[in-house]
Amino acid sequence: MNAKTSNKIAVATLYLIALIVVLILLSLLGYILYNGVPVISWHFLTAPAKAFTAGGGIGIQLFNSFYLLILSMLICFPIALGAAIYLNEYAKQNWVTALIRNAIEILSSLPSVVVGLFGFLLFVVYFGLGFSILSGAIALTFFNLPLLTRTIEDSLSAIPDAQREGGLALGLSRWETVTKIIVPAAVPSIITGVILSAGRVFGEAAALIYTAGQSAPALNFADWNPFNISSPLNPMRPAETLAVHIWKINSEGIMPDAKAISSGSSAVLVIAILLFNFAARFIGRRLYKRLTSS
Amino acid sequence: MTEKILTTHDLHLYYGNKEALKGINLDFNRLGITALIGPSGCGKSTYLRTLNRMNDLIPDVTITGEVKFQGRDLYAPQADTVEIRKEIGMVFQQPNPFPFSIYENVVYGLRIAGVRDKSVLDEAVEKSLRQAAVWDEVRDHLHESALALSGGQQQRVCIARVLAVSPDIILLDEPTSALDPVSTSQIEATLLNLRHDYTIIIVTHNLQQASRISDRTAFFMDGELVEVGNTKEMFLNPEKKKTEDYLSGRFG
Repeated sequence: MNAKTSNKIAVATLYLIALIVVLILLSLLGYILYNGVPVISWHFLTAPAKAFTAGGGIGIQLFNSFYLLILSMLICFPIALGAAIYLNEYAKQNWVTALIRNAIEILSSLPSVVVGLFGFLLFVVYFGLGFSILSGAIALTFFNLPLLTRTIEDSLSAIPDAQREGGLALGLSRWETVTKIIVPAAVPSIITGVILSAGRVFGEAAALIYTAGQSAPALNFADWNPFNISSPLNPMRPAETLAVHIWKINSEGIMPDAKAISSGSSAVLVIAILLFNFAARFIGRRLYKRLTSS
Repeated sequence: MTEKILTTHDLHLYYGNKEALKGINLDFNRLGITALIGPSGCGKSTYLRTLNRMNDLIPDVTITGEVKFQGRDLYAPQADTVEIRKEIGMVFQQPNPFPFSIYENVVYGLRIAGVRDKSVLDEAVEKSLRQAAVWDEVRDHLHESALALSGGQQQRVCIARVLAVSPDIILLDEPTSALDPVSTSQIEATLLNLRHDYTIIIVTHNLQQASRISDRTAFFMDGELVEVGNTKEMFLNPEKKKTEDYLSGRFG
């Protein structure tokens, strides 16, 4: 066989493999959307779930998913940003930082159900936070922190050293160089990383089953005092999210339209995550343009 | 005798155990251009970077000896690198504009120093860009990204960025080696204008460049200062054999 033919065969094989990946993705998406989209309606998106009768919605679960996401990002982002800045800009390469990096790596490969059980034992039981949004948000932080730290660190290290030298040579302190030049220059890719990890968090179920709980008590959307138990903002209430809802309906749902609700919820979840992905690209690109010309 | 603005005495620098600078004694007069020349690896860039303490960033570097800027010891324990670098600016081999607009690039040092007044900033931008001889080319797109400029324009914006914080000394580390001949001659013209107001120390690989623009030349080899003197005299009539060999292209 001559070099040209073997090259052609190799290229064809690679195309085929790529095609298979795309086909798997498209058929999965197609199946989920085909089954789920007809179920979606304004009523479905806003009404509370019903346990025994048909016609329930996912309003509360949807709200819970977003609220939990925002809370956990509020906890997670500052820590991840700080850790990433330390690791990339300040830390010397020695055994301490090697240990930190290893710890981050191991933490990021922990199965999320283990994170969930750990959160259950520590926050729910030991600290007495109960099944609550707060417990869930902290568990999600554990789950999300390593990846987010890594993404932000990568964004920072993609900024060339010439920029650091330029800043320092201009009489900026190390900290000013980091906060005024390096981080702003990295903002677009940091935002992209944050949104992508938000997508992961949004679809997470296993870590939440034991921490945020599997019940969605009725909420009074007119009550925005976070200390009232029926207020949507109360962080101490149990909160079933959309992903957990899907899991629960399929394992123990007894409403007559369980299958339809499960399909509809799955479609909503997938669409939301797709939106996160597209938004990440769009916002990242726009921000880069905005920042590089004022 | 003109005033010495910067003096180095018995300056040694080690990368780990390797001695890269072997006791340099070199002084700089206020104003004018001094060129540092020598073959690759001779220590001229390393020397330049000791003058604003940029070598501090490299791990495992040991520096002994004395560098004095207007009589102040730059390596004294209480010396503030941030203050030093405001007075001794630097331009690098690769143009490194920040990924912001041209305007923001030039005012960055001033903004960080706390200048808020728009009219002061505007004035500084125009003045610095004019001094760097790039104003006419960029005046209509000050608010576009500096990264969209050509390499030569970027480098002149980088010079303007340094000028905006009004340093006393400007260090340039092979500022034209990444640029085409036209941009190079524009940068050289810029430097010739600036030599009346600033003390300029430039590292260059290009002997013609050194002879075209510098008032004094210092020739480095193997971590030692071989010869320093008036550029014209040195190029026409070098004192040392090594200098003559290098200038006549017999090595390096």
